[in-house]
Amino acid sequence: MRRLPLILPALWLGLLVAMPLLVVLVLSLSFPAEGIPPFSLPNCAEGVNTESFTLLLEDPFYRDAFLGALAVAGGTGLLCLMLAFPMALGLARAAPSWRPLLLALVLLPFWTGFLPRLGAWIGLLRDEGWINGLLQSLGLIEAPLPLLYSWPALFLGMVHAYLPFAVLPLYASLSRIDPVLEEAAADLGATGPVAFLTVTLPLALPGAAAAFLLVFIPAAGEYVIPELLGPPSAQLVGRVLWGEFFQNRDWPVAAALAVVLLILLILPIRLFQRLEARR
Amino acid sequence: MKRLPMAALGLVLGLLFLWLPVLLLAAYAFSDARIPFQWGGFSLRWFAALAGNARLIEAAWLSLRVACGAATLAVLLGGAVGWVLARHGPFRGRALFGALAGTPLVLPDVVTGLSLLLFFVMLESLTGWPAERGATTILLAHATIGAAYVAVLVQARLSELAPELEDAARDLGAAPPVAFATVTLPLLAPSLVAGWLLAFTLSVDDVVVASFVSGPAGTTLPMVVFSMLRLGLTPEVNALAVVVLSAAGSLLALAMLALRLSQSRGRPP
Repeated sequence: MRRLPLILPALWLGLLVAMPLLVVLVLSLSFPAEGIPPFSLPNCAEGVNTESFTLLLEDPFYRDAFLGALAVAGGTGLLCLMLAFPMALGLARAAPSWRPLLLALVLLPFWTGFLPRLGAWIGLLRDEGWINGLLQSLGLIEAPLPLLYSWPALFLGMVHAYLPFAVLPLYASLSRIDPVLEEAAADLGATGPVAFLTVTLPLALPGAAAAFLLVFIPAAGEYVIPELLGPPSAQLVGRVLWGEFFQNRDWPVAAALAVVLLILLILPIRLFQRLEARR
Repeated sequence: MKRLPMAALGLVLGLLFLWLPVLLLAAYAFSDARIPFQWGGFSLRWFAALAGNARLIEAAWLSLRVACGAATLAVLLGGAVGWVLARHGPFRGRALFGALAGTPLVLPDVVTGLSLLLFFVMLESLTGWPAERGATTILLAHATIGAAYVAVLVQARLSELAPELEDAARDLGAAPPVAFATVTLPLLAPSLVAGWLLAFTLSVDDVVVASFVSGPAGTTLPMVVFSMLRLGLTPEVNALAVVVLSAAGSLLALAMLALRLSQSRGRPP
């Protein structure tokens, strides 16, 4: 009985976290088949099927899906950092009585729901939407610009969705920096930008790394935003995996995509966990 | 101090970027126009359409039920996981336990969804359960994700609290479960409430994991909204966002008020 508080959560983690990942690995080595469910497991007679992985390695469509996803995730991470840094600095330097309200303002748009916010971007960017309407009524353009279903729309949606993830860790690390340090730097002759670059920025680096990874990791597998805002050519890995599973019903290839995505993400994930453990 | 205006400007611009689409969306939920985002005079017709959309209402109820169940289960399990990580002594497999506890936090949604679905399918072929995927499988998936977040909050809070507090209660004659319930649990309560709210939010907002692990029987609100957005925006989605935002805003205001009150009574926040 005394071990119950240990056994129950361990059982849960084993069953619903470890097992599903093992099952994905097994499925990625399975044979596609007609029927429900559409696969047959590796077995003694046929061995394992590595063709799903061969396909991923050889077909440039899948290679581009991975490269594209990593590039989009990296770009989103950098854009979020550039926007979040001044925001976090503003938060950290605001009067203490204002901070809870300002933090709430950063987080509250979250609670309109992820999808309605994407809906708002669709409404802004579509042909008969806000931006095109404004430009046309000002006489700047004749025909509506194709803003929606484009790469800029994809990045706008990604940055808008993930920005708060970047603000919070940056704010946490910036608000812990003692302002006396910058004053000391100023006394020693380093003023303004120099003090900022040599004192504040290096101290904020761990927070910046956490912020980047907190955006990069989920963004690498993002499905919804490329689907709703991106161009049809944005066949990133999340979208490709979804298509293989729901449209092509090729479960082994979908599982292989998940396995390769995880392998690609293990390095940044380990880095993130290392950073978290140090805090 | 020279940079203060610059930083403040950055904050204001960032907040504008976050809020502008949300505010436009909220304003146009009250517009009487067929084409979204074209002003056609004040109207509540989209709220009426929302209330009359049976499919949407049914999905909303399912989402609320699943989110309440998942958040409650997540608090129980995540609380236990956080307690084990912070307070349980060394045991075999501790490193693995810690790694598994953190895994749902870092998996992309498509990987979580696909792996849980394949697990449920395999489980069904081995044991016959779950014969039908829907509310139950979504609840289990969301509870697993939520529990990982609760565990982080609980572990952080427990490592701030002195274990001696519970020892003192035991020295004064309280049995270990009583000492836990009367000393540690009340001190843990704010983290548990925060964890419940976080798990609830993650659940009602999730479309990817739910789409994977659900069957024809279970369509949650985000799944309906997603299909509406794919077909082109309907102003009903704007009206829905206004309802959700007002509910979330009032909850936040209540939480801040409660925090104020508990602080003014001299209790630690």
